[in-house]
Amino acid sequence: MRLLTHNMLSSNIKGVTNGFPLRIEVEKVVEKEVDFNVDFLRNMFAKIEWKALAEASRTMGYSELPDDAESSMLDSDEFLRKFHHALLELHLEEGALVCPETGRKFPVNKGIPNMLLHEDEV
Amino acid sequence: MKLKQLEGLLGSLQQFENPKIELEQYPTGPHIASRLLYTAENSFGDVSDKVVADFGSGCGTLGLAAGLLGAEHVIGFDIDEESIEIASLNADELELDMDFIQCDIRNLRLSDRAIDTVVMNPPFGTRKKGADMVFLSMALKVASGAVYSLHKTTTRDHIKRTALREYNASSAEVLCELRFDVPQLYKFHKKKEVDVAVDLWRFVPNTNRPKHL
Repeated sequence: MRLLTHNMLSSNIKGVTNGFPLRIEVEKVVEKEVDFNVDFLRNMFAKIEWKALAEASRTMGYSELPDDAESSMLDSDEFLRKFHHALLELHLEEGALVCPETGRKFPVNKGIPNMLLHEDEV
Repeated sequence: MKLKQLEGLLGSLQQFENPKIELEQYPTGPHIASRLLYTAENSFGDVSDKVVADFGSGCGTLGLAAGLLGAEHVIGFDIDEESIEIASLNADELELDMDFIQCDIRNLRLSDRAIDTVVMNPPFGTRKKGADMVFLSMALKVASGAVYSLHKTTTRDHIKRTALREYNASSAEVLCELRFDVPQLYKFHKKKEVDVAVDLWRFVPNTNRPKHL
């Protein structure tokens, strides 16, 4: 699972008011190279939650993203390369996503998070 | 990529080994899947460089077709682990990178407008009434650009009315009517092959709606 996917996913357990962002527990990270697409990154920048991405990438062992970012940074090729790497090339392969309110763990196996809820969580 | 090439590549994908009746797991044939994605890309520019979600991704046919046409990021959502495994193998086979999330669409929580385009072949709701409408409602909530979906032609009026009035679509248009070959997958199918008339829809979500998470 890429961090772009993580960036849009919330815990939806009954009673949870703020299920975003899911904390990440890392057992294994894999990196897969993706073609660099500047226009896509510019578009995505307006949509993603930057703090969640920066923190998630740090948890995944990549500490190059600044805590805060603004659109003027998109003029820097260096910044775009880092953004690209964090957003699209880092994959959580094994580990878990954790609901920030309840601590409930959603396991991630072979890169696939299991977000199915138990009956009493719906 | 040409339509025939796309259809050919999709035709090589592995399909359900043991389809589950309760989930209405009918494979999306290469003919329909290739036309859906080809139209989305060539008539509307809704695929290449986009974030695409495949709801009820099954063996991954629609999502992978999006990947083949240049989608930047594709996510498949399905409740069934076995289907996701097959879809992952299909992705490997095509050398495409696709994310998957195992979830029940009814309980999914994605940021509003996080997805550009949703493509889906939802359960038609013949076994579980209203299943297709649950998918459509969620798709129109998370998409910012367009939703492509297949629904039985017999439900056309209902779909249009509900999408516009209740799901806040700003437009709902049938692009074409297709024949959906449902092979004899299940014992309750008496005929060898059942031909179902299916509409290919394009919905545009109304993005002026107030944002609420």
